[in-house]
Amino acid sequence: MIEGISIYYILTMSTIMFFIGAYGFLTRKNLITMLMSIELVLNAVNINFVAFNKYLYPENMQGHFFGMFIIGIAAAEAAVAIAIIINIYIMKLNDYFKEKNIDYCCSSRR
Amino acid sequence: METIIFYILSFIIIVFSLLTVTTKKILRAAVYLLFVLGATAGIYFMFNYNFLAAVQLTVYAGGIVVLIIFSILLTHQINTNLDKINAKKIALGIISSGLGIFLVLSTLNNHLFVASNNQATDSSIHGIGRALLSYSDNGYILPFEVISVLLLAAMIGAIVIAKKEEA
Repeated sequence: MIEGISIYYILTMSTIMFFIGAYGFLTRKNLITMLMSIELVLNAVNINFVAFNKYLYPENMQGHFFGMFIIGIAAAEAAVAIAIIINIYIMKLNDYFKEKNIDYCCSSRR
Repeated sequence: METIIFYILSFIIIVFSLLTVTTKKILRAAVYLLFVLGATAGIYFMFNYNFLAAVQLTVYAGGIVVLIIFSILLTHQINTNLDKINAKKIALGIISSGLGIFLVLSTLNNHLFVASNNQATDSSIHGIGRALLSYSDNGYILPFEVISVLLLAAMIGAIVIAKKEEA
């Protein structure tokens, strides 16, 4: 553990970060910004894992390793999600969505 | 000293997370996300988990943020302003996430965490590599292999999804 910093401070900080990410996921309309909110949520969870590891079970390294695995999963998820987003954008260029009159990606105006 | 650094880092994290989800310019949101991830790596450095902090900096701040910025550039949204969100949606988001923060924090403060005084294991790169490839009780060979298969599947999936269809 670290002198002077209680585990409650770290958990409070990561809780606030988690729900800021949840707020962004609920309110944003653009797919890429929603992806950024998901990254915030994953990051908050990761801080929780590492803090529990460091403060409650310092003799094992389980939280540390699962933090690493979560980072790997986040990278895989971001790659696939961005491939899907770019694909949707190309389909939108092909007027696929225009005739159906729905707006999934890139709902911003110039 | 460490307390002051912790307060600075959490201030950076919370302020820039708020800016990430509220800013109007999408490229700025990506850069604010970069600051949040960097400050998180600082927290890992405080815990003395140097390898995890390095992974956070390279994979998150170096990889994912660059990927997000690439996708912003590829979809031609560099200078665009995001749509205004209607007030009802914002109110619903604030209410639900505020309720969530309240619930979690009240539960947290009613629970007693007893910090352990056990000796910390070494978090050197040597020990981490040994543990990742060991079959014994504290070995992580199975999740390591599973995640390598997952990364391969994600790579193939991303290529298949993103490639242009030829008629």
